[in-house]
Amino acid sequence: MTDLIRTTEGAKPLDQSGPGGDELPEPLHEDELAHESGVAVKARSQWYYVRTRFLRHRLAVASLIFLIFLVLLAIFARRVSPYAYDELDLMNIAQGPTREGTHWFGTDLLGRDYLSRVIFGLRTSLWVAALVAGLTTVIGTTIGSIAGYYGGTVDNLLMRFTDLMITLPLLAVLLTASVFLGNGDPVRVGIILALLIWTGLARIVRGVFLSLREKEFVEAAKAAGAGDARIIIRHLLPNAVGPIIVSMTLIIAAAILIEAALSFLGFGIQPPTPALGKLIADGQTQGFEAWWLVTFPGLVIVAVALAVNFIGDGLRDALDPTQRRLRA
Amino acid sequence: MPDPVLSIRDMTVEFGTEDGVVHAVTGVNYDLFPGEILGVIGESGAGKSVSVMTMLDLIPKPPGRVVSGEAIFKGRDLLTMSKSELRDVRGGDIAMIFQDPMTSLNPVLKVGSQIAEAVLAHNPKSSDDDGRKRAIELLQLVGVPNAEQRYDQYPHEFSGGMRQRGMIAMAIANSPSVLIADEPTTALDVTIQAQIVEVLKTAQRETHAATILITHDLGLIAELADRVVVMYAGRVVELSDVFTIFNSPRHPYTVGLMNSLARVDIDKEALLPIPGQPPSMISPPPGCAFHPRCLHSRGRARCRTEVPPLRPFGEGGDHVSACHFAEELAEAEVVGIGAEQPA
Repeated sequence: MTDLIRTTEGAKPLDQSGPGGDELPEPLHEDELAHESGVAVKARSQWYYVRTRFLRHRLAVASLIFLIFLVLLAIFARRVSPYAYDELDLMNIAQGPTREGTHWFGTDLLGRDYLSRVIFGLRTSLWVAALVAGLTTVIGTTIGSIAGYYGGTVDNLLMRFTDLMITLPLLAVLLTASVFLGNGDPVRVGIILALLIWTGLARIVRGVFLSLREKEFVEAAKAAGAGDARIIIRHLLPNAVGPIIVSMTLIIAAAILIEAALSFLGFGIQPPTPALGKLIADGQTQGFEAWWLVTFPGLVIVAVALAVNFIGDGLRDALDPTQRRLRA
Repeated sequence: MPDPVLSIRDMTVEFGTEDGVVHAVTGVNYDLFPGEILGVIGESGAGKSVSVMTMLDLIPKPPGRVVSGEAIFKGRDLLTMSKSELRDVRGGDIAMIFQDPMTSLNPVLKVGSQIAEAVLAHNPKSSDDDGRKRAIELLQLVGVPNAEQRYDQYPHEFSGGMRQRGMIAMAIANSPSVLIADEPTTALDVTIQAQIVEVLKTAQRETHAATILITHDLGLIAELADRVVVMYAGRVVELSDVFTIFNSPRHPYTVGLMNSLARVDIDKEALLPIPGQPPSMISPPPGCAFHPRCLHSRGRARCRTEVPPLRPFGEGGDHVSACHFAEELAEAEVVGIGAEQPA
């Protein structure tokens, strides 16, 4: 009953002048009453719901703000960091964290400001992570969607290839690859990483596409004359955005950790470019004497990985179409 | 009579399954003439949908397989057409309205842009603005109020009836010459069905499209159809104009359908169902597929051994039936238990 009443009240079309307009709301046309649609409904996109749900996930929002802060730090590293990453301060070698002067994170054995080195290390690591995430998404989504949409032999070939990639021992291949392809360059490290870890995403996208392609709207799109490319790009991909974004966040976290491990082992980013893993590797030789050399880059890695994971969590909840209601 | 716009000739379609080959459609023939509404009725699994889906290459292959047949549309065989030619036909010259509007619209795209897409897919030269304008026009045509605002809404913001209007708008977007409505009202409740019937009539009036109306709903057939194809177990068993089908059916299956119908004009104690179940399409009964359920066969050997061909009746030969003993039905006048001809 209340619905009915609201129907009549809400009959005022949206584009009428706002409150204070002198003219009365136009009487509802008979046709409109006959159909159930007199209500002036505000178009609310899927993204509206996604946004609202995400914003209610406090941990994810906090993580997002934190991550944006770190990204800005990394982007404007040159302006933000108190020193250049390779600037020597020979008067203050291996100094612990102090508020005197500006060596908040202390200095390393060569007297370089450690805060600046961590910021530039973060810049390298985030750059690699972004590159890996982007490339992985492109490769994984392409392979996964083609396999899932066409099925049959195409699917079989692509998925067996994916299986093959999964069985490769990641670290061994990475180390070998960086030896042969040369290392040190963040872009090269990013590409090598991406070429090896797209498999998970490809499988997820394939799974989503396998179920999506049986949907009736795909048949309807075909009957309306849409070709394969149009169906994949325009109809299926938007439906798969949720899982893709979520696995992208996980890949970012993984990429940061793997890159750190690689650099730690000495095969990732080469000096003098600082990278978080490399900083830890260099610092650990000093043991507990210079604890700050390991602790600060370590904390940053953990913080970034955690933040990205929390964001992924929030996004997964927000993008889940089965969860229609907003969280109270 | 004018030339048919669409002719299905001797179409046979099979599906290979683990349990055996499903003979979904066997030797189906029918014509669709310009401007008419051709109703196709029959039980679930009778091959109603498969026969039209095959035409547009919308059955999954494998397991589906077209064994033989042609679908001649404007002088060209749809079944041997190249993929890209067929894509032009689909949604352009031949458009389809699906059964379930809840699932036939993409949930993540705006309803309006899905309609605009149907327009733009076949008019690559028009701009997005043209598409939008046309889509809003179409929404208004099918009776969606506030079309401007509705354009920007998503399917979940539409009710079932509204969505089906959207689907119809999409189907008539390119003024097709053939419109296929596959159980367009089955997923809707009765009051909405009545509205959709009106919309279908409007759509047909606007486009003058020859329409194939697939349905279980005999009421819908009576309301809309000009001619009727009755299918059973993958074959056409009777074909005639709608008055003949309802008043003097010449196939025991059609007779059974009419008798199982609740009618307001005849006082009936109980509805008469057709006994038994539809046959397995993997191993259909030999001879006439309907004979195990037929009240008229009475165990005659011919029904069990010989597949009855479609034979014409009366003058003009417009009424065809596939029953060996169709003439007996004419004499017995079994329909509707003494059906009175409406004045």
